[in-house]
Amino acid sequence: MIKLTYINCLIFLFLVAGFISCKKDPDPVEPVPVPVTGSVILNFENKFGDSALVLNTGTYITASNDTFSVSKFDYYISNIRLIKDDLSVYAESESYHLLKAGSPGSLLLTLTGVPVGTYTGIEFMIGVDSLRNVSGAQTGALDPSNGMFWSWSTGYIMSKVEGSTVGGTELEFHIGGFKGVNKVLKTVSPSFNAATAIVSETAVPHINISADLAEWFKTPTNIDFTVTHSVSIPGANAKMLADNYADMFSVMGIEN
Amino acid sequence: MIQKMKLYGWLPVFFSLLLFSSCERDPVVKEELPADNIYFVVPQGWPTPHYDFTGNALTKEGFVLGRRLFYDTKLSKDNTISCGSCHQQFAAFAHLDHKVSHGIYGLLGIRNAPPIFNLNWHSEFMWDGGINHIEVQPLAPITNPVEMDEDMAVVVSKLQGDATYPKMFKDAFDTDIITSQLTFKAMAQFMGMLISDKSKYDLYTRGEATFTASELNGLSLFQQKCNTCHTAPLFTNLQYMNNGLDTVFADAGRGKITMMAADSGTFKVPSLRNVALSPPYMHDGRFNTLEQVLEHYVHGVKNSATLSTELTTPIVLSSGEKADIITFLKTLTDNTFIKDSRFKDPFTP
Ligand code: HEC
Ligand code: HEC
Repeated sequence: MIKLTYINCLIFLFLVAGFISCKKDPDPVEPVPVPVTGSVILNFENKFGDSALVLNTGTYITASNDTFSVSKFDYYISNIRLIKDDLSVYAESESYHLLKAGSPGSLLLTLTGVPVGTYTGIEFMIGVDSLRNVSGAQTGALDPSNGMFWSWSTGYIMSKVEGSTVGGTELEFHIGGFKGVNKVLKTVSPSFNAATAIVSETAVPHINISADLAEWFKTPTNIDFTVTHSVSIPGANAKMLADNYADMFSVMGIEN
Repeated sequence: MIQKMKLYGWLPVFFSLLLFSSCERDPVVKEELPADNIYFVVPQGWPTPHYDFTGNALTKEGFVLGRRLFYDTKLSKDNTISCGSCHQQFAAFAHLDHKVSHGIYGLLGIRNAPPIFNLNWHSEFMWDGGINHIEVQPLAPITNPVEMDEDMAVVVSKLQGDATYPKMFKDAFDTDIITSQLTFKAMAQFMGMLISDKSKYDLYTRGEATFTASELNGLSLFQQKCNTCHTAPLFTNLQYMNNGLDTVFADAGRGKITMMAADSGTFKVPSLRNVALSPPYMHDGRFNTLEQVLEHYVHGVKNSATLSTELTTPIVLSSGEKADIITFLKTLTDNTFIKDSRFKDPFTP
């Protein structure tokens, strides 16, 4: 009798062991040191020339002398990289951000897991890389319900400006197109102007970047709203605007 | 006494077994599970599919969820239209007897609802191929003002607030936080599983059925005159072609997407599987019968800059030959597919 119970206890123990072992084994402690990291904040400020951009009530004058107001100014920033003084590169993972004027939280990006050190440059893409335009259903910043996606001809709207001229012309610029000659994707690296961002475990540098809407409508091509006031499909006009806005970002300063 | 002891003695075993089994996911009752297993196999002799559920692991739970979403009118603004309203199983998931789509508020679209099956072999969707992935396809009908006219964010919040869906998402994707991404992935699991490969023609090619003389003659004529575009085994080459319907294009088709003159008036070659089940025909549903379609190819092809070269010299067919081709086309009807209980509307018992 007693024997039997022993055996049962043994079986019990065995099975309990089985149970425990079905939880994941704790990873063996690696002797490799974890790189010491910190964070960086990118602070985007929307402007028109020297003035801060104010939605709806602000009025602005383009290089072609059109006076207009802005109701929407949204854009994707993706594939953010920081370049260190030793030329090593930090690349943010899942680096997709939708920045929306009028939604201040969206203009503040926190990069985490940045190895400590001195950074001398930044690079990012305006828009969403072509791969994510062909990879099926996405989520987060890339969720199509964010309204930055064409459903009839698949692809992300990389950037959007909407508004109206004082004369009452509706303005709608939806810029997209991820392949072919009229691809609008722009990888830019606005200069730190010899400043540096010093990342440590404790201090979080702020990199202040301005996005100048005035650049959409000048250099290389001045946009005349009486001629071009609505762009809502990929094509030559979208590319013309993207070529213009490629230089809209500049680093205004870095607070360490 | 001994017996009693024996019984008690086994108790810890039972206990531990219980513990052990609780390691696996909780068994939950799933009323809607179809009897058949849900798995994806490429039918013998077919090309490699474009989509094989990579990144969207096919599960019964995902499929069942996708099926419910496909048939649920909640995906439309006024809760009246589902995908299944325009894509009916008995018509091989086309919209029988509707020239162009009939959507919400009784509004008409501009194009004929195509049948839905074997979609995993398509790399582009719609008559114009404007959509590049099966997972993002549902967004177009959901947001189209003349189809379902709903905002995707609203769909997600309707589903989140529903009594059934959060649990179904939990079963399928291990989370009850519903997103558009998971909604689309589930729908892709359902749509990707709609495979039609059991027509009489398929049985014939596998040596499991015989063709009549008329069917055989139809097959041979089809191979000579039609197969370059309607290529077996999918019965489409998935290219964009102009088959001579018009000289001036009311609908630019592929040209609308590429903006290229060379694509104007071209449309994705439709599969002819189940074609007898899904009249009317062509992108605008202009022909009601297969006889009219054959008549078009023999006498009605109109010239234009983008007319496919295969059709610049007229196809010659006697009336007997036309009839044989139609007899052959009817062998492409897959009754197993249209009666498959796995694909049935779960809202109507
Ligand atoms: C009002 C009718 C209607 C509704 C509702 C509808 N569809 Fe469609 N469907 C169509 C029409 C019309 C087309 C062809 C559109 C085109 O080519 O522009 C189509 C095309 C498709 C295609 C492309 C097939 C191919 O061969 O390229 C798929 C897949 C599809 N629909 C799935 C769905 C899903 C999923 C839903 C629900 C979210 C849905 N449909 C709701 C009418 C409808
Ligand atoms: C040059 C390529 C080409 C050839 C050859 C061709 N077709 Fe087509 N077929 C098409 C295209 C493209 C469409 C869709 C046209 C549209 O809707 O604008 C189509 C549509 C059809 C349809 C309507 C299907 C539906 O679901 O609406 C049928 C039926 C059909 N073809 C039968 C045939 C037969 C039978 C032959 C041989 C006698 C043939 N086709 C030869 C390209 C071709």
